[in-house]
Amino acid sequence: MTIVVLAGGLSHERDVSLRSGRRVLDALRGAGTETRLLDVDSALLSRLEADRPSVVVPLLHGASGEDGALRDVLELLGLPYLGSRPSACRTAFDKPSAKAVVAAAGLATPASVALPHSTFRELGASAVLDAIVGSLGLPLMVKPARGGSSLGAVVVRSAGDLPAAMVGSFSYGDTALVEQYVAGTEVAVAVLERDGRAEALPAVEIVPDSGFYDYTARYVAGATEFFAPARLSADVAERCAQAALDAHRALGLRDLSRTDLIVDPAGLPWFLEVNVAPGMTETSLFPQAVAAAGLDLGELLAELAAAATTRGADPRTEGVAG
Amino acid sequence: MDHGPGSTGSRLDPWLDSYAQRARSMTASEIRALFAVASRPEVVSLAGGMPFVSALPLHTVADAVHRLIAERGATALQYGSGQGDVGLREQIAAEVMPTVGVQPHPDDVVVTVGSQQALDLVTRLFCDPGDVVIAEAPSYVGALSVFAAYQVDVVHVHMDDEGLDPVALEEALSRLAAQGRRAKLLYTIPSFHNPAGVSQGPARRSAVLAVAERHGLLVLEDDPYGLLGFDGVVPRALRADSADGVVYLGTFSKTFAPGVRVGWAVAPHGVREKLVLAAEAAVLCPPAFSQLAVSTYLAEEPWWEQVKTFRELYRERRDALLESMAALLPEGTSWTVPGGGFYSWVTLPSELDAAAMLPRAVTARVAYVPGTAFYSGAARADGRRSMRLSYCYPEPDRIREGVRRLAAVIEQELDLLSTFGSAHGPLADAAVDVPTPDSA
Repeated sequence: MTIVVLAGGLSHERDVSLRSGRRVLDALRGAGTETRLLDVDSALLSRLEADRPSVVVPLLHGASGEDGALRDVLELLGLPYLGSRPSACRTAFDKPSAKAVVAAAGLATPASVALPHSTFRELGASAVLDAIVGSLGLPLMVKPARGGSSLGAVVVRSAGDLPAAMVGSFSYGDTALVEQYVAGTEVAVAVLERDGRAEALPAVEIVPDSGFYDYTARYVAGATEFFAPARLSADVAERCAQAALDAHRALGLRDLSRTDLIVDPAGLPWFLEVNVAPGMTETSLFPQAVAAAGLDLGELLAELAAAATTRGADPRTEGVAG
Repeated sequence: MDHGPGSTGSRLDPWLDSYAQRARSMTASEIRALFAVASRPEVVSLAGGMPFVSALPLHTVADAVHRLIAERGATALQYGSGQGDVGLREQIAAEVMPTVGVQPHPDDVVVTVGSQQALDLVTRLFCDPGDVVIAEAPSYVGALSVFAAYQVDVVHVHMDDEGLDPVALEEALSRLAAQGRRAKLLYTIPSFHNPAGVSQGPARRSAVLAVAERHGLLVLEDDPYGLLGFDGVVPRALRADSADGVVYLGTFSKTFAPGVRVGWAVAPHGVREKLVLAAEAAVLCPPAFSQLAVSTYLAEEPWWEQVKTFRELYRERRDALLESMAALLPEGTSWTVPGGGFYSWVTLPSELDAAAMLPRAVTARVAYVPGTAFYSGAARADGRRSMRLSYCYPEPDRIREGVRRLAAVIEQELDLLSTFGSAHGPLADAAVDVPTPDSA
């Protein structure tokens, strides 16, 4: 089996992706696989054609990596890859869409509205912002509807801070998601599919020093305290695991995912978002969950990659061999 | 793992409790992370400070280096003097420093690993944690990183079209004196300022020196671009008129190549003695190989002609930048007109925020360094409306394309401003954004 890890790309999370890629490369090689690392650029397709791998592990974060576009291309090339299929990615990456799907499946998710910049321009920002605060109240969480690593995300506690928060979010994308801010314990739950079964790994509890799990808190070692497994009662831990499994299934995800939740004081998990290409850096959550489960990251990914190989390339057109 | 109440979690860095206080401020931010995208060829990067080294006669340099190893390998590959190769110091003293009006003795010259190292060592010699250094507003991000590493308090002083304002300098020093504080150093880049692009004229230089002398303030003169004035005139160094009051920092990075990492300091006697000891403690000696390569280049090649070649090349690029900015940037945008060097300092219309705008610029495939990177501490907010554009590296047509993309991004930001009445994102409370080497 030969593996190509794809990392880098041109999104705002390129730096995170490169670090994820390098760590996964080391982990997979440590597990004895023949793996190489490629960036996503105009030379990629010819490189993949010239030396076709058995399976591709896409680790691009942000648009094109997590929205399914790249995977669409891999399917066109008939290359097997690890992770969710393009249409599932598209839904999962768009937070309002993901929230709607999981809400329909019975999960709690904060009340919210997602609006493009143009709506504020056409209807007048202050009128729209007043309507938002009137309906959702304060505090609010503002973030790009499609994005990661908390880029452009901010908690708003007073209405006067809302315009700046919107501007910050719109720097990263044209649609902003405004949610009721749910206070509680922040946890991330990784889900794996092995032997045809989906399983949730131990939840990882996130306690950032600054109080907000922003970019610095995520990627500067020491800025956040992690508990893996999370300090939850068995009951609540089970509910979180179930929420992540429900999200994974409802969205039609595959192989691996990471669901981010807030557990409120009553022990109810609230769905925030799900990641189809979770970070794999030195400070990322997915590897911590893997370690808490007593697994080796490299061996696990090698196993998942091998399973993706036997499943074959995804059917795009008639006649494509598996 | 038992996680009962009172147990502690993991912070993923086992050495967290061991770091020195000075290292705690060393964090990278999301701004720095965006530069990972800026280095991709699809992006027109107006962020980098990389000289256009392809303009060097590389075959000739290759021959010289080959001969260097073949004929003097045992010296070129061995430890050398902590103060730097004597032959190179003689050349710096006799051929390079006179261009800026200074005739030092070779013993006054200390060769360092880039002038960046000289900057670091001088700060190390003079500054205890909490000491004050005066810097221009804005100032070179590499210097701010050094000052942060030594836990220095930076006081920024206003600049106008002619650089550091001596009246503002006098006011700042008086204010400090009233607080019972004394500045240890004045850090200044008098010629073709990075990032502001402006230069101090002769009268301005005298005025600055007068203020410094009156207050017993040692001047740290950083001069990487002095030879790259587009009118061919090399400004007279501050040190030329105050040998005892000025430490001059020079470098071959922009006149030859940054990759060799060869710079130098010309310092008053007492300072120079300590500087040599500090340099030896840091690196034992500067790289013999690099120094001899530079020395051979100076001896055998028409290095002054090469400087002229660089000047022409950078002038063409400057012109491409200035012309396209005038033609394309929205009304209300203003910029400095550099007479040399690599940079123009652009100030955005209204209350736009260059740092908040950077992610959108990256999406539009153009990059710049936001102005906040060039200010220290609480003063960072002063840089919000500005950005540094560098023209040294991309071809002129690429520069024009970059300005085109930037203009579109600014228009979008103005749109956001008119929609929301604010274009400011939240100002992150981060320490100085540590620069990557090619964007310093």
